[in-house]
Amino acid sequence: MPFAILIESLGITPNASLHGYAIDSMLEMLHWFMLILFVGWSSFYFYTLWRFQRKKSPRANYVGTTSHLPTKLEGGVLVLEIVLLMAFAAPIWASRVDQFPTGPDVIHVAAVGQQFQWDLQYTGADGKFGQRRIDLVTGSNPLGLDRSDPAAADDLTTVNEMHLPVNKPCIINVMSRDVIHDFCIPNMRIAQDAMPGSVIPMWFVPVKTGTYEIVCAQLCGSNHSLMRGVLVVESEADYKKWFDETAKLSGATVVDGKPVAPADSAGIVAK
Amino acid sequence: MDDLPPSSEAAAAPSHGQSAHAAPSHGHGTHDDHAHEHHELGFWRTYIFSTDHKMIGIQYLWAGLFFLFFGFSLMLLMRWQIAFPGQALSWANASNHIGYQIYQILYHLGLSGPPVELPAVPPDPNNPPLTQYVFGKDQMPGGVMTPDFYNTLGAMHGTIMVFFGIVPVAFAAFGNFVMPLQIGTVDMAFPRLNMASVILFFLSAVLMTGSLFVPGGAAKSGWTSYTPLATISDQSVNTVFWGHNFHVLWPFWLTGQSVWIIAMAFNITSSLLSSVNFITTIVQLRAKGLSWMRLPFFVWTQFITAFLLLLAFPPLEAAAFMQLMDRLAGSSLFSPAGLIVNGAPLPNSGGGTPLLWQHLFWFLGHPEVYVLVLPGLGIIAEVVANNARKPLWGYNQMVVSLLILGFLSMIVWAHHMYLTGMGTAVSSFFQLTTIIISVPTMVILSSLIISLWGGAIRFTSPMLWATAFLPLFGIGGLTGIPLAFNAPDTFLHDSYYIIAHFHYVIAPGTIFALFAGVHYWYPKATGRMMSEFWNKVHFWPTMILMNCIFFPMFLQGMAGMHRRMYDGGATYGILNRDVLHWNSFISESAWLMGLAQIPFILNFCLSYKYGRKVSDNPWEATTLEWSAPSPPPHGNFPHPVVAYRGPYEYSVPGHPTDFTMQSEPPSSAKAIHISGPPPEDERSIGFPPLT
Amino acid sequence: MEIPYTFTARPDTGLYNGKLGIWLFLASEVMLFGAIFTAYLFVRLGADDGTWPDHIQNVWLGLTNTIILIVSSITMVWAWVALKERKFNTYRLALGITILCGLVFLTIKGFEYYSKYQHFGFMIKAEAFSKYEPELKKMDAYYSEVPSQDPSEHVYEVRGHFRAETADTITFAPDGMPSYLINLAGKENAEAAMGEKAGEENASGEEPTLTLSISDIHRYGRLLPKYGTYYAIYFLVTGLHAMHIVGGVVVMLYFLTIGSALYRRNPEQLSNRIEVTGIFWHFVDLVWITVFPILYLT
Ligand code: HEA
Ligand code: HEA
Ligand code: CUA
Ligand SMILES: [Cu+2]
Repeated sequence: MPFAILIESLGITPNASLHGYAIDSMLEMLHWFMLILFVGWSSFYFYTLWRFQRKKSPRANYVGTTSHLPTKLEGGVLVLEIVLLMAFAAPIWASRVDQFPTGPDVIHVAAVGQQFQWDLQYTGADGKFGQRRIDLVTGSNPLGLDRSDPAAADDLTTVNEMHLPVNKPCIINVMSRDVIHDFCIPNMRIAQDAMPGSVIPMWFVPVKTGTYEIVCAQLCGSNHSLMRGVLVVESEADYKKWFDETAKLSGATVVDGKPVAPADSAGIVAK
Repeated sequence: MDDLPPSSEAAAAPSHGQSAHAAPSHGHGTHDDHAHEHHELGFWRTYIFSTDHKMIGIQYLWAGLFFLFFGFSLMLLMRWQIAFPGQALSWANASNHIGYQIYQILYHLGLSGPPVELPAVPPDPNNPPLTQYVFGKDQMPGGVMTPDFYNTLGAMHGTIMVFFGIVPVAFAAFGNFVMPLQIGTVDMAFPRLNMASVILFFLSAVLMTGSLFVPGGAAKSGWTSYTPLATISDQSVNTVFWGHNFHVLWPFWLTGQSVWIIAMAFNITSSLLSSVNFITTIVQLRAKGLSWMRLPFFVWTQFITAFLLLLAFPPLEAAAFMQLMDRLAGSSLFSPAGLIVNGAPLPNSGGGTPLLWQHLFWFLGHPEVYVLVLPGLGIIAEVVANNARKPLWGYNQMVVSLLILGFLSMIVWAHHMYLTGMGTAVSSFFQLTTIIISVPTMVILSSLIISLWGGAIRFTSPMLWATAFLPLFGIGGLTGIPLAFNAPDTFLHDSYYIIAHFHYVIAPGTIFALFAGVHYWYPKATGRMMSEFWNKVHFWPTMILMNCIFFPMFLQGMAGMHRRMYDGGATYGILNRDVLHWNSFISESAWLMGLAQIPFILNFCLSYKYGRKVSDNPWEATTLEWSAPSPPPHGNFPHPVVAYRGPYEYSVPGHPTDFTMQSEPPSSAKAIHISGPPPEDERSIGFPPLT
Repeated sequence: MEIPYTFTARPDTGLYNGKLGIWLFLASEVMLFGAIFTAYLFVRLGADDGTWPDHIQNVWLGLTNTIILIVSSITMVWAWVALKERKFNTYRLALGITILCGLVFLTIKGFEYYSKYQHFGFMIKAEAFSKYEPELKKMDAYYSEVPSQDPSEHVYEVRGHFRAETADTITFAPDGMPSYLINLAGKENAEAAMGEKAGEENASGEEPTLTLSISDIHRYGRLLPKYGTYYAIYFLVTGLHAMHIVGGVVVMLYFLTIGSALYRRNPEQLSNRIEVTGIFWHFVDLVWITVFPILYLT
């Protein structure tokens, strides 16, 4: 991204998602905007302080300036801000919340926040989430996934560990089973509150392979600071390998389209 | 004081009987000899249960400053854990760090070899550090802060600073002390209601501080108390308290979060009563001739602030009742069905939504941040006009901006909630209002800066603070702009960037304005000046350290470091690796800044006795409060004052002095400017045209 | 020292301090109750189908209370007018009636609270409901389905008065169909078809009962805030409103007794105070007039 000099010099964490570039360029523009305003104001301010200190200007002028420039500048700032809103912020947001990717390529993940971990569920090839039931929730099945539901047969569940193939869109359904959490991956420029009682989808396309941190960005209790996951963005092949292995370990009965014997009852992949 | 006609009573002087307020103890004593009156009222009525607006203002000032310092201390404690996660706060560790820093300085001066950082001293269970005794075994076992205690400190820092520190000082203290004087009246419209506010505030303060000592500790869900976290916190208390197992005896409705709610309800009620009082006073009791556009800007800011409190606080009060009900009666207004907490389903009916709390909280929360800053802006306006020796530039547009700002601040609240799953239309609305609201703020700030142009600026103590206020508030305000747009906010939300944003507007912003105000009105309240020298000793380190504390937080936030992290983000090694080193720098700056407050505290306390004695108008100011004696007696003005002109008639051409007081009767036809600026032809006599 | 305009109006605003003060206070009260009504809208619109109880209040009691409050508002004005005309005894009478109205209101409210406290609601698990359905149908009792995404949360709700309890069963007397539902079905027919009707005493003065086994119940409880958000809102709004009534009554009692001494010193000031109290009282009345349709009539 060429146009990120200012925020990069402020040390912004590198972006690794498609829409992140749009967000970064907006951040960049805003910081230039702020910098220019600040420098403009400060130069005027400090010049004034120096020029009109008592020593240099023993008697004050009752009227002061009669210029109308300030009003025009303030109007200009407002117009610029509205342009930023209309031309950048609103379209970016609309694409975030209204224009979800579709098609077979899209990976669907449910991220359920709980004190203090992220329980993740991948739909598998059928693109459908298996039924989750409150009465099935146990320590080893934190999602309460009902494996007897046919839609659940090929579902993968993990805790705190997420893998994605690079350049494939991913839709994450964010929810919570206790208090508010926030599913945030700073490098992917995504964040979404996990509101108990609602399911809120969010999407992004990772464009750089690597390991990134999943942060819980909403105070959720004592161990909020330890509620941390990892996202591994890897090649299609690596992802497939990981998926099949982990799905089997997590108790899926259909892997890669073929039925397999269910894994041991623990069901959950340890990190 | 019966011979004193009500100040603005030139019209119909009605023959009224004795009013209920004119209780015998109030109604006599001559104003010339005000020392008398205090004798007659006795200690309790004068200092504790006073109905005099000035005494009440001073009570709020003491309480508010105490809480500012207290809230600051909580933060100093927290910063230890952020800087050195998991290390015991013991003398051994602290002295290691101090020693290391001293060696570092010596090393840089070339006086010693490179310093070696000693390993942390592990807690010794047989010989726990003092901090364990002070804060309790379940809060700091072995001197190491527990995560819950960290969260408690964070929530209490936020709550205490906002509701018990800044609001009491900026609104209640300065408002009570200065505003009636500035509008030239005898007291507030409802003096006894005023006293009731103080008592309610006192109760709420006792409850809030007391909550730190209840089993399980005080509220620990952030100052925002988001549900359901707040609802379920401390629902079962199981703790050792003073060496006894109190978990059966301690009524669970008296646990941290519940006490927080009850204390907030008292605090809110107190603020509501105050704001009714303030508005009524400003509308009804303005002195004769003091029309709306002749009010000092400070009075305007108090007026709008009072309206914000009046209209925005009740929803939080309602929300507080609801959260209390959720906690105590088991209702679930703020939680949906089917929650599983600690492995067991919550036995609640469901049907509520956490969004509701957030809406109600932020409906208060955003106006509240303007409550925090508007009085500060008012103080700065007074100080700037006074020290530039010039009228405020664009007074009218400042007032209009203030009105717009007050209105808009009620409809921007959801910019704190962009990530709760908001659609494009709704979020566009709130983005739009948020960016629009930044314009009136900008207009006010710009007007203040432009007011300096053409002035004869003197850098007195208050002016020093005002000088630092303007650009530093600017940094905070400008960094609010990226937050106003939801797309960038997805990245910045809940990061240290936010912490830096709002501390820049509040700490170097409002707190500096408060320091300016204290210095500015101190001679009015006591008849003595605070020391200029010690002010400088206070000002420079505070100003520099403030920036050392908060500027690096922008960098941390940019790097993706999040707030409310018990370990200062150390767990997220990959993400924040490059900015973690700032943590100890920030903490050390904060501790040093704590020390830097000592000159102020001493200056503040000792000047009362040893300060230079000054006249009634030492700053050569124009507004009405300077027409009263210092300190003003009960009833304030020896004679009813009349305002003959606008508030900032400094350097009026043709006037012998460079200030023309509002109360100064027009002496010659030439110099009269009953309303507004002098006639056109007089304006720039003898002055070079500017720009 | 005398505060200006404590009881004379300031010429340019036309108000005395107390009057402005009370209007400002009411503005904040509007925001207070406004917030609660917003909360009501939130939970009501967010409620899943079948979970929002309707017509469970006794409309007649509510209506009586509404009328009582309206009457009290009128007598309040009467008290003020009487003072203005310097008819002290009329004033005392009118204020006395107002206070009485307030007290009657509170008594009726208390009775309503008590009946909520006596009432139970039961959420029967959907898979077990078929066991009870015929019997409930037979006695024409009220029940309603509460569907849910999660099958383990799918339940049916019934309500009634508690009768007896063993280790694993609960016996209660179910409520009948709300009258408006019966009317829809044709009351005569229904009565002709059934013998014992829920909520109605039979010849021996007893209501028909139903016994549930505890394992079939998802959740049950008194009709108090814990049972559902409707009840939470109901108790919150009416409780807060009742506290305002209590406050008003206390103030009026003061002006009826000790405070009325002011009449001899300064009747105009007393009438101002009564005017201010009256403004408050009308507001409290107005709140009830909003509460009544929202919580009783829907
Ligand atoms: C005094 C308090 C105060 C003030 C004045 C402001 C002012 C503003 N705030 Fe801030 N804000 C807070 C206190 C404040 N804020 C707090 C406490 C929080 C966090 C709460 C929490 O989550 O715990 C917060 C959070 C917050 C958020 C939510 C972020 C998030 O959680 O994701 C947003 C988003 O829009 C925001 C925006 C703004 C904007 C646009 C302004 C604008 O009004 C700013 C307008 C001002 C300017 C544009 C500056 C103009 C300056 C000059 C003209 C002077 C320049 C002079 C020189 C350089 C000499 N703020
Ligand atoms: C009014 C508001 C206010 C003020 C003034 C401050 C002031 C300060 N704050 Fe605070 N802060 C908040 C409101 C405020 N804060 C809020 C709302 C939060 C969010 C809480 C949450 O997460 O829920 C927060 C969070 C917060 C955090 C983040 C914690 C976390 O996320 O885990 C940090 C971290 O460093 C911090 C630091 C500081 C520091 C160093 C100061 C310093 O600037 C303090 C400066 C203080 C002084 C200089 C005191 C001056 C007073 C005197 C000298 C009195 C003299 C006394 C007598 C004469 C008797 N604050
Ligand atoms: Cu989960 Cu913070
Ligand atoms: Cu805000």
